[in-house]
Amino acid sequence: MLAVLGATVRFDDLEAVSGVDLSVADGETLALLGPSGSGKTTLLRAIAGLQRLDSGRVLWNGTDLDDVPTHSRRFGVVFQDFALFPHLDVGRNVEFGLRMAGMEASERRDRVATALARVELAGFERRRIDTLSGGQAQRVALARALAPEPRMLLLDEPLGSLDRPLRERLVVEIHELLDRLSITALYVTHDQSEAFAVADRVAVIRRGRIEQRGLPEDVWRRPATEFVAEFLGFPTIITATVGGGLADLGVLGTVPLPGVPDGLVRVVVRPDALILDDAGHVEGVVRVRTFRGDHVVLAVDVGGTRIDVRGDAVPGASVRLRVDPAGIVPLEPS
Amino acid sequence: MDQGVDGNRPALSRTARLALVGLPLAFLVIFFAWPFVSIVATGLWRDGRFGFSALGQALDEGDLLGVVWFTTWQAVASTVATLLVALPGAYVFARYEFPGKRLLRAAATIPFVLPTVVVGTAFLALFGPGGILGIRLDGSIWAILVAHVFFNYAVVLRTVGGMWSHLDPRLEEAARSLGAGRWRAFRYVTLPLLRPALAAAASIVFLFTFTSFGIVLILGGSRLATLEVEIYRQTALLFDLPVAAVLAVVQLIGVTAILLAYSRYQERRAVEQPLRAAEDIAHRPATAGQRALVGGVLMSMVLLLGTPLAVLIERSLRSSSGYGLAMYRALGDDDGIRAIEPLEAVGNSLGFAAVATLIALVIGLSASVVISYRRSRASRWFDALLMLPLGTSAVTIGFGFIVALDAPVDLRAWPLLIPIAHSLVAIPFVVRSVVPVMRSIRSRLREAAAVLGAPPGRVWREIDLPIVSRAAAVGAGFAAAVSLGEFGATAFVARPDTPTLPLAIFRYLGRPGELNFGRAMALSVVLMVITAIVISLIERFRTPGIGSF
Repeated sequence: MLAVLGATVRFDDLEAVSGVDLSVADGETLALLGPSGSGKTTLLRAIAGLQRLDSGRVLWNGTDLDDVPTHSRRFGVVFQDFALFPHLDVGRNVEFGLRMAGMEASERRDRVATALARVELAGFERRRIDTLSGGQAQRVALARALAPEPRMLLLDEPLGSLDRPLRERLVVEIHELLDRLSITALYVTHDQSEAFAVADRVAVIRRGRIEQRGLPEDVWRRPATEFVAEFLGFPTIITATVGGGLADLGVLGTVPLPGVPDGLVRVVVRPDALILDDAGHVEGVVRVRTFRGDHVVLAVDVGGTRIDVRGDAVPGASVRLRVDPAGIVPLEPS
Repeated sequence: MDQGVDGNRPALSRTARLALVGLPLAFLVIFFAWPFVSIVATGLWRDGRFGFSALGQALDEGDLLGVVWFTTWQAVASTVATLLVALPGAYVFARYEFPGKRLLRAAATIPFVLPTVVVGTAFLALFGPGGILGIRLDGSIWAILVAHVFFNYAVVLRTVGGMWSHLDPRLEEAARSLGAGRWRAFRYVTLPLLRPALAAAASIVFLFTFTSFGIVLILGGSRLATLEVEIYRQTALLFDLPVAAVLAVVQLIGVTAILLAYSRYQERRAVEQPLRAAEDIAHRPATAGQRALVGGVLMSMVLLLGTPLAVLIERSLRSSSGYGLAMYRALGDDDGIRAIEPLEAVGNSLGFAAVATLIALVIGLSASVVISYRRSRASRWFDALLMLPLGTSAVTIGFGFIVALDAPVDLRAWPLLIPIAHSLVAIPFVVRSVVPVMRSIRSRLREAAAVLGAPPGRVWREIDLPIVSRAAAVGAGFAAAVSLGEFGATAFVARPDTPTLPLAIFRYLGRPGELNFGRAMALSVVLMVITAIVISLIERFRTPGIGSF
């Protein structure tokens, strides 16, 4: 089990990572989700021993890794640009970690073959690195990191340089592989769909601090802060006036919002909270209809405010909306 | 906790750094700066005073202005001619795909790596006495111009063509869609975008032709002389060291001015532009017109670059008794006076090349480690300093050795001087081959090795060493090729009993008779073949994707 306690990294006057506490249980995959510059890669590098911590500790099963250099940590890393060795072929790339561990040549051969078969690249041993496609290079990087059987796998935007269809296919493969090997893994990404697809738990990081952590479903259903809500792509975030367990949402009417102190509160209106319903109390006019493949988004003008609603109608039509109180989530100030 | 990144970078101790900087620096000071300063002193120091009176005397004595004027205008003319002749080739190579393209591109580079003596001899075979065209052009500016175009064609093809092949064709398409015709799209979009490459190519060609020695010495006859040739004549034939020194100073000023102007231009002109992968751009000629263009350009290129070499080989096989290997056999004959020993020259050249390559590798590699270790102002200066001998003419270097290295110990007859002179010119090639590769070893690769269990020393052995050694092999190949073909410095430094191949060829050319002419041709072919073998070995060691030259 990995534990990070109060990790802090400073670059000159910028604090890239600020007192982060984090733990990854055995066999668990934790996704570290955040925009570029949020410090997620720096944190990963610190765990790998590639980045010095200014304060804080990295523990493995309770043992401080402070004086354990990178090459002795036995953490596998998949780099964003893969960092495959250009002067070695595929087989020798995968073999590298085994050679460093002093394994016998015959055993190495078998292990390389197994590792390549695991990522569906059986027989690729003699291929040169510069002849690989992006997807193949990614698989080789994964096979190379996994071949020495690291005690933990760190993935730094492993699909970041690939195009979307390939990314969507590979994220499923990686998820399956991590599950099958039940390896402890930290998966750093800026892509929420990637994080939700691969992770057992998600931690959202912003400006070097963890803003929210939890199960993917919980984070999506109840974003804790305005930043998380925006980062997850919820389009409608408004200020509500709360009094006596009721929230006045302005043009969207009033809904029950128990357990929130009186006053002005920022809330996110989740897309599933707004339902087209002729019996609804909110009236609006459809301005734009956007086809999104599996659903349609309407930009509805409600009393001068533009609100995105799922459901279908023609532009110019008058519609009525119902608001589901379960989809109104109060946010902590971030 | 101070493992981390620093542990993965090959750390250099203070002593190691001092040695790595000190060795190349000491070498440059003794064998470049000191001779250089001695020349300036000899040229400008008269009657216990430092001044330009010597310059005035030189003006009276020789036709200094005439030489400067000829040197400059022939360089301008050669540069313009090379650009005009090679631009269509650069365009065709950048924008069209055709069978044999890679082979042809490699073949087009051959003239540039040929020893200038061989180039001069080849054109002498073409335009000289008994030339197949029946026109005598040797001793005229035309032979020099054509030879310069032949020699420098590859510079334009590679520099301009290289940039052109990465230029986004959509920019020109955008101009066309905005109403520009084909010519105006080229004139107002493509040409300005190519300007950095054009300037680079023009500066290199100008520098080479401004300091042209072997070609002008062989083709210029008794009348035409560049500064370089005149320096050689004043010292080797007229023994007038002060005039030669003044000429060398004038040439140094000229070369420095070119280099300064170019670097200022580059600073001002650094336009960022999106570049595309070359293979997205080049396509097969589609229309009859395009096929005619590609065919025509390639044909004239093959004619220009192939004819002199073909004629050289033809002349080496020709003798009064018909075609055969008579001239090659004659190389082994005792010529009675034993003034030229061609087989010894082969041995000398190979030996000097080996030593020069070794020196260039040792000095060049230590310098490369320093330059690529950290990007700082100091390392940039160091880099530029190492490049200087390449910009300075070879004749000046050789002349400088003669002027400077007589005290405190007289080194002028030291056999190592020849490979040292060669290595001065060769070091930049090693540095330019190795530094980009050293820099391209991203810290990511070292990190990847570290997370896979490699301790710092092992990282260096497994990652840095294998990648750099390939580049060093490429640099060594260039160094060997430079040494084999070097003529200007060798002409000064070599002793009569240790001629190199270019010297032996030149000596044959200077002696009367068809047999000696034929021997020069045959020996040129031998030198060409040796150079070609070295260059083809280089190509095997290039790391794909990481560029140099």
